[in-house]
Amino acid sequence: MSKLTPKERLKIPRHPMIEQDPMERSHNFNEVNLGYTAQLAMAEADRCLQCPKPTCVEGCPVHIQIKDFIGLIAEGDFLGAVKKIKEDNALPAICGRVCPQEEQCEESCVVAKRGEPVAIGHLERFVADYERNSGKIEIPEVKKSNGKKVAIVGSGPAGLSCAKDLCAKGYDVTVFEALHELGGVLVYGIPEFRLPKDIVRTEIDGLKKMGVKFQTDTIIGRLYTIDELFEEEGFDAVFLGVGAGLPWFLGIEGENLDGVYSANEFLTRVNLMKAYKFPEYDSPILDLHGKNVAVFGGGNTAMDAVRTALRLGAKNAYIIYRRSEKEMPARVEEVKHAKEEGVQFMLLTNPVRLIGDDEGWLKAVELIKMELGEPDASGRRRPIPIEGSNFTMDMDVAIVAIGNGPNPLIMKTTPEIEVSKRNTIVVDPETMKTSKKGVFAGGDIVTGGATVILAMGAGRKAAAAIDEYIQTGKW
Amino acid sequence: MFKIVDARFLAENIKKFEIEAPRIAKKRKAGQFVIIRIDEYGERIPLTIADSNVEKGTITIIVQGVGKTTKELNMKEAGDSILDVVGPLGQPSHIENFGTAVSIGGGVGTAIAYPTAVALKEAGNYVITINGARSKDLVILEDEMKSVSDEAYITTDDGSYGFHGFVTQKLQQLIDEGKKLDFVLAIGPIPMMKAVADVTRPYGIKTVVSLNPIMIDGTGMCGGCRVLINGKPKFACVDGPEFDAHAVDFKNLADRNRTYREYEQEALKRFEEHCRLEKQIKEMKEEK
Ligand SMILES: Cc1cc2nc3c(=O)[nH]c(=O)nc-3n(C[C@H](O)[C@H](O)[C@H](O)COP(=O)(O)OP(=O)(O)OC[C@H]3O[C@@H](n4cnc5c(N)ncnc54)[C@H](O)[C@@H]3O)c2cc1C
Ligand SMILES: Cc1cc2nc3c(=O)[nH]c(=O)nc-3n(C[C@H](O)[C@H](O)[C@H](O)COP(=O)(O)OP(=O)(O)OC[C@H]3O[C@@H](n4cnc5c(N)ncnc54)[C@H](O)[C@@H]3O)c2cc1C
Ligand code: SF4
Ligand code: SF4
Ligand code: FES
Repeated sequence: MSKLTPKERLKIPRHPMIEQDPMERSHNFNEVNLGYTAQLAMAEADRCLQCPKPTCVEGCPVHIQIKDFIGLIAEGDFLGAVKKIKEDNALPAICGRVCPQEEQCEESCVVAKRGEPVAIGHLERFVADYERNSGKIEIPEVKKSNGKKVAIVGSGPAGLSCAKDLCAKGYDVTVFEALHELGGVLVYGIPEFRLPKDIVRTEIDGLKKMGVKFQTDTIIGRLYTIDELFEEEGFDAVFLGVGAGLPWFLGIEGENLDGVYSANEFLTRVNLMKAYKFPEYDSPILDLHGKNVAVFGGGNTAMDAVRTALRLGAKNAYIIYRRSEKEMPARVEEVKHAKEEGVQFMLLTNPVRLIGDDEGWLKAVELIKMELGEPDASGRRRPIPIEGSNFTMDMDVAIVAIGNGPNPLIMKTTPEIEVSKRNTIVVDPETMKTSKKGVFAGGDIVTGGATVILAMGAGRKAAAAIDEYIQTGKW
Repeated sequence: MFKIVDARFLAENIKKFEIEAPRIAKKRKAGQFVIIRIDEYGERIPLTIADSNVEKGTITIIVQGVGKTTKELNMKEAGDSILDVVGPLGQPSHIENFGTAVSIGGGVGTAIAYPTAVALKEAGNYVITINGARSKDLVILEDEMKSVSDEAYITTDDGSYGFHGFVTQKLQQLIDEGKKLDFVLAIGPIPMMKAVADVTRPYGIKTVVSLNPIMIDGTGMCGGCRVLINGKPKFACVDGPEFDAHAVDFKNLADRNRTYREYEQEALKRFEEHCRLEKQIKEMKEEK
């Protein structure tokens, strides 16, 4: 490590990520962020003060040893750094890209008090990419088979990380996935320009090499009930990582018009079904060239949808959000990127009605202006409609991105699993045990729509608890 | 990969496939469907499970070639494979002994109605089937339908076979004759299902239709398959596909099903052009 004084370190400005030019990237699906060079990474690592009490670690939901891995980067030991991260995080190339760092690790970094925090996410991403590009990905050690079988339902970050830990401990692990591709939201939701699918595939290939078995096209609850997994298929435990994939709608007039999508449908068509390559791929998506597109919502899903719309040729792409920018749940970087690319933000505005023509095509949206009142249950100030402020705008396509609820499929077929009023599965927060013996759950199905890192952390916690349950037999 | 063990045409453009899918064969119930994807470039399309054979571990699907994917599928033969088959999806048909049950199938809808007609018979109903086609050579599953029916009728639009007219005219005739009908199941093109609903509505006859909106995942994740039932959105892939005919907004369904018409036509045109060229190349090679 170079011999800099803390004062000198604090003087170094944060190194920005190299990015594709906004005007260029808004017309292609290639990744927006191009990454750090080794030199940039080491220079950014020099900004870390190597605090005796690293507060950054507290900010990371899975307590990555941030100080240590950054120290290794500063010394140029990139493979050592990624190994350090992987002690706590199974998916660093992914989390480095999609974590809301500004409210997690980076928010807690002491340097943030004096200026911009150390770019922990960028560094995490850099070493993970370095490892992948070096072709030296280390396959974790796998203990000798213990003959016990665990079924993982869902191949999102929760399921994948649970599978990885259990496989390493010597379990015979099978992941069941409803769709034809593995990865959950990482493949059908988050677009290529933010998270290249090759990265997800590499992670999954790693699991396959370890010995994890994958069965796509398999819907648990339909093809096998949970009881059948135990009784007929001989599994000793089941982990449910089925996510929150049920799209919410606004419940306003005109939502069934042609040209109105849920964000899930819009993104699934583009990401999973590759509709942006129609007719090479068979699934179509409406041609947006020269069109006006409105996206309702202010989260990551809304940003992904609106930026995808731009890339599909939209003339005007709007974010219509009922609160102000401060309350937007999206990652700060996504909002910044969206603005740079030309997305138009209509804040404190809410849709009232979608207006169609005689043939059922969307033609316009009626909107109303909002103002912020007292904080509500979420702690954010409640938006209140301003009476009489209604106005309409011509619109060809509208995308509803106001969130997702848990998919009730499994619960319907396994009523003994206790669910909350919000339809999430109720678990013991320490052991991730559900009310049904041998069944554990974690990720969005427990928390409601949350983050990749929380889902991953939950999967790992459940893996430890499943190991303990199978070894001791204690429920 | 899911292997096709048998494939044969039932009528022009309508092909029956038996596909190896032992687990689905074991679990499926009348009224459920699968979603298939032919290959890496393919779209996901829903097809009803017309029948299954648990011993052989196969399911039967009956496909009408209407566009690119179904026509491509109908070129497959025994021995070929399909990349993805997922199911069983959707709610099984609600079956009970209603008394007199009428099963109405239009076109390939007959194939979709068949498994439910079997289940209605097994539940003890007096089963009347009315199967409509444009003309004689498009009538499918005639023997199968007869074998589960107490009364079986065929209607053709051009009068080339059976009753001359639409299925609804035959249905109206049965009602006019004073038959007490307790339950009607109608599956076919949207205008046909709507017409059946209009016939039975004034008599208050419980009527169920199987809706065919555009689907992708079939698991309730995309919301693309939403249909309006009593004005409220329902996801046909998880809440349906069968719904109370008198509560369905058929216009909305027809409008939404037309969303991609231009794209579908383009895809079909390209596909047919491609097939024509392939054929030419093959012929040229054979000549040599
Ligand atoms: C568009 C979008 C953008 C996002 N952006 C970010 C971001 O930038 N940063 C971030 O941290 N988080 C983001 N999130 C949230 C994050 O993706 C989720 O919190 C995370 O993926 C949850 O992981 P999971 O493993 O619980 O479930 P999922 O990723 O939802 O995976 C669940 C899997 O289970 C499968 N499944 C469901 N039911 C069954 C069944 N019955 N049988 C078999 N398989 C089943 C599903 O098909 C799916 O593949 C985003 C979400 C969306 C939708
Ligand atoms: C629950 C259900 C069960 C069905 N069962 C059968 C069956 O047993 N046999 C049969 O022949 N057909 C069945 N269909 C209809 C079949 O799915 C469509 O004919 C097929 O998807 C058309 O695809 P294509 O590419 O050949 O035609 P295209 O030219 O792409 O489309 C023709 C029409 O089919 C519909 N369609 C297109 N894409 C889809 C899609 N992804 N999902 C649903 N509909 C679509 C649209 O109305 C479209 O206008 C069923 C549909 C549903 C929803
Ligand atoms: S996993 Fe996420 S929160 Fe934790 S250190 Fe990495 S980027 Fe920060
Ligand atoms: S808090 Fe910031 S400066 Fe301190 S160790 Fe963590 S990353 Fe480095
Ligand atoms: S097909 Fe996607 S929700 Fe029904």
